[in-house]
Amino acid sequence: MTTQSYGLPVPEPNALTQPFWDAARRHELVVQRCRPGSHLFFYPREYCPVCLSGELEWVAVSGRGRLYSHTVVNQPGDPRFQSRIPYVYAVVQLDEGPRMVSNLVDCAPEDARVDMCVAVTFDDVTPQISLPKFRPA
Amino acid sequence: MTLRGAVALIGIGEVKPERRMDGRTALGLAAQAARECIADSGLRKDEVDGLITEIPTGNPTVLADYLGIRPVYSTGVQMMGASGATSIATAAAAIHAGLASNVLCVVGGPAPGGEHGGGPGAPDYRRQQFDAPYGPVVAANGGYALIAQRYKYEFGTTDEQRAAVAVQQRFNALANPAAVFYGQPITKDDVLNSRVVADPLRLLECVMPVGGAAAVIVSAADRARYSPHPPVYLLGAGMCVDHDAIPYAPTMTTSPVAVSARRAFAMAELGPRDMDMLSIYDCYTITVIICLEDAGFAPKGEGGAFIESTDVTYRGTLPLNTHGGQLSFGQPGLAGGMSHVVESVRQMMGRGGERQVRDLDYCFVNG
Repeated sequence: MTTQSYGLPVPEPNALTQPFWDAARRHELVVQRCRPGSHLFFYPREYCPVCLSGELEWVAVSGRGRLYSHTVVNQPGDPRFQSRIPYVYAVVQLDEGPRMVSNLVDCAPEDARVDMCVAVTFDDVTPQISLPKFRPA
Repeated sequence: MTLRGAVALIGIGEVKPERRMDGRTALGLAAQAARECIADSGLRKDEVDGLITEIPTGNPTVLADYLGIRPVYSTGVQMMGASGATSIATAAAAIHAGLASNVLCVVGGPAPGGEHGGGPGAPDYRRQQFDAPYGPVVAANGGYALIAQRYKYEFGTTDEQRAAVAVQQRFNALANPAAVFYGQPITKDDVLNSRVVADPLRLLECVMPVGGAAAVIVSAADRARYSPHPPVYLLGAGMCVDHDAIPYAPTMTTSPVAVSARRAFAMAELGPRDMDMLSIYDCYTITVIICLEDAGFAPKGEGGAFIESTDVTYRGTLPLNTHGGQLSFGQPGLAGGMSHVVESVRQMMGRGGERQVRDLDYCFVNG
């Protein structure tokens, strides 16, 4: 599938985030961890938001978590999403702690419930980019 | 009263300048300088309680979020070449005034217009890569919908309780000819039957963006007695910043108002029970409920029940947003929060007209 046929915004990785997207392409979910304190965090940063250490590594997580909160989108900010409504814009809290923004898929929007168990699934939107999304688990 | 001798500069941090900074983000550069500076000062990270920035993101909350700090005083400066010196003077004033003790000032970013000026290394990489692909809701509606959804789950608050905020504020607006919804009463059913904008928030729970502006003049207390209207004295003030992106807020159901209000009350040597009138920020109904709780006017989780069982109109027991709030007065540009200040001053001066609150000594305002 090409970017053009996908038709929705595609992440443009930078040096900081490339490992995340490389892992996603292998259908593996990773977050950053600081070596001195083993603090796990997401979104990607160059310094740990707990201890400010710059010694960071990427580690795989289980991909399992819970729906922290969500909203059913009927009025997207970006008109390109208009053809997809209604869909679920979700905040997932991973079992390991960090939160991430994603979509809840394989689930009717009206069935989304805060705190439901979810697991990651990857949407191969271009040959380079696979978006982590979450389905009921 | 001057700043002479009031403060000292105790640490420095600096990123070595390079013409090319491949692979670095603007935020990362700011964070690097901040981290070095904190280490140099000998302070622990959590002792930094003030933040002043001039960074390409234009907003100190973004750096506070990134660094994981929770300043109780923060502001941006936009003074071009004078931003560094301005930030020091601003920090000194804040410290001297008791607003913070250790203010971190950060100025910098990549070379303008270069590879990282607006490209993949730009500070909004978080938004471009980790939010936009998932189709966020238009404007701020999505973030506040997440808050309302989570709040319902944690505290069992009902849609009817949120609707009560909109209904009571609309009553106030009916006594304010300047309000955009003047002359248009609403009922709870009107709110509940209005279109769902961002589940669970409905249209009548969201502000109406409008054009407008607002201003206030602050003068030294010893000059204020010559002014034509009764002076309204500032007795206490507090601030707090703890996140930029709602999905990553430490908790979605307690706001930084819990800290800022406590600090303001402490400075004023007053408490929530002393307040005669409230002007609470109201971009959405859920915001009012959470801010009321966090400022100490209702226990956590009971703000919805409080609103439902209390007459918070201008003739009630605890008048709230007597101009109608942004929900009914309108949210003029970036001046929306200023309308709460102006209304509070108007009421305190006794110029509230039909909606004048009686026996008014103390007023609480938040933004």
